Amino acid sequence: MEYISPVRSPLEESASPDHVLVNLGPSHPATHGTIQIIAELDGETVVKADVHCGYLHRGFEKEAEHHTYHKIIPYTDRLNYCSALNNNFAYAAAVEKLLGIEITPRCKWLRTLLAEYNRLADHVTCIAATVMELGAMTAFLYLMTIRDYIFEHLNHLTGARLTYSFVRIGGLARDLPEGWLERLEEILQFYERYIGRIHGLLDRNRIFIDRTRNVGCMTPEHALNWGYTGPILRSTGLPLDLRKDSPYLAYPELAFEVPVGIKGDNYDRYYVRMREMDESVSMIRQCVKHLPGGPVSVADPRVTLPEKGRVYTQTEAVIRHFKLIMDGIGVPAGEVYSAHEAPNGELGFYLVSDGSGRPYKLHVRSPSFAHMGGMHTLLEGYQVADIIATFGSMNMIGGECDR
Amino acid sequence: MIYATILSNLKDLYERSWDSFGTLVLELPVENLYPLVERLSEELGFDLFLDVTAVDYPGREPRFDVVYHFYGSGHNRRLRLKVQVPEADPSVPSLTGLYGSARYMEREAHEMYGIRFTGNDDLRPILLYEGFEGHPLRKDYPIDMEQPIVEYREAR
Repeated sequence: MEYISPVRSPLEESASPDHVLVNLGPSHPATHGTIQIIAELDGETVVKADVHCGYLHRGFEKEAEHHTYHKIIPYTDRLNYCSALNNNFAYAAAVEKLLGIEITPRCKWLRTLLAEYNRLADHVTCIAATVMELGAMTAFLYLMTIRDYIFEHLNHLTGARLTYSFVRIGGLARDLPEGWLERLEEILQFYERYIGRIHGLLDRNRIFIDRTRNVGCMTPEHALNWGYTGPILRSTGLPLDLRKDSPYLAYPELAFEVPVGIKGDNYDRYYVRMREMDESVSMIRQCVKHLPGGPVSVADPRVTLPEKGRVYTQTEAVIRHFKLIMDGIGVPAGEVYSAHEAPNGELGFYLVSDGSGRPYKLHVRSPSFAHMGGMHTLLEGYQVADIIATFGSMNMIGGECDR
Repeated sequence: MIYATILSNLKDLYERSWDSFGTLVLELPVENLYPLVERLSEELGFDLFLDVTAVDYPGREPRFDVVYHFYGSGHNRRLRLKVQVPEADPSVPSLTGLYGSARYMEREAHEMYGIRFTGNDDLRPILLYEGFEGHPLRKDYPIDMEQPIVEYREAR
């Protein structure tokens, strides 16, 4: 079998003979497993960079066309596996929009709470990985401790540490277990104690500032042109946040700020994430305070499975259960684009339905993919060691980028 | 507000328009795509190119819908554009000259559906590998088809 290079970089032909071509990844500890950066170096300076993704491509969109709406939920977990709940909710919101379902108030507030909780975990992971790659092992371990408490706590709720599959079309899988909210407050207080140490370790740390200040800068116009959204766009100073601009779930009723940076460099991206975590904690507390009672799922026979007790005793319930599992939910024909503010930026689902139990087309607008498309502009002109710092602050998640 | 401006100022460029859950959708012929997007980006403040993808309708003529999503950060409005292209010549003009983010998105739509973006000089595969045959998101590409880059070993 003739060997074909899985990736051929145009730099191989165009690079100047005085320059060196360096291949970073896909197997490199700082590329989070799945990305390849081919850099043309002049000494230590990156002249040109070619970012190549796709090593984690799983055919999400093709699989989605062959599964019923509920069976796609586990696939959405694996998009951004650091914040699976945000993906779950964004996907469910798209389907519910097309179905015309209004979720229950308790579900709305619970989804908001869990989305912010998972955002907290995602930002913690991102900062931990970034600073660890810059050598800050202590900060990494502190942050990972917080993250592990959150994951264990979500495990108590959903039964999984990372891939929760907790959403159902029209509701949630189950209500909160007993004592969950008390433990939540304990973890938030623990977070506050530990995040103070992170601020102390990093904010004015000379090494950290040297590696991140004025590295990978961009203007708001540049960021918009290259499709950046989320904390990366906000780090340039533009307060664009879907939670504020086109509010969904319970966000219109929450009080929160949109932190922004000054010049869109690595330090700003770090600091915007740190501030966003504080906002998330405040939002979680507001959600706990406002959390209404009532059912977590809508009582809509088109989408909600009948209770188990009735399935075992009543014929109609068995039939409905069977039809919902085998044929799937009948989503009316039409198309919808629904976007949520995921931890990385705008996560959009473009759903086309032909009226059957499976999507005709489900496209994901994933923030990481757009971010990788413009990342070469942040690497060129800086040093080769800055690739690690800049790439870390992008928080590229392979599952979401490559789908 | 911005929708009313689009509907009145650009009405010779599109064929049909409707509302989809609060988002304005315009259907337009392929030759009007570039002039319309140019005006969207320069006059109407649609500064964020979110996405391009295609939808395959085998048996329909023309076969593909190419779907664009835009967002304006100043006025906080979204816009969807739909262009139909035939299977024999699935070409649309590239928008890389107006939006940098079109670069990756067009590469993806190219390899997944075979849509040709004229003017984009970098249409290498992006999620798949060099030498991959066919366009996996087309409806006539079977889901269980395998073309591994390294041949499978026999099970022992």
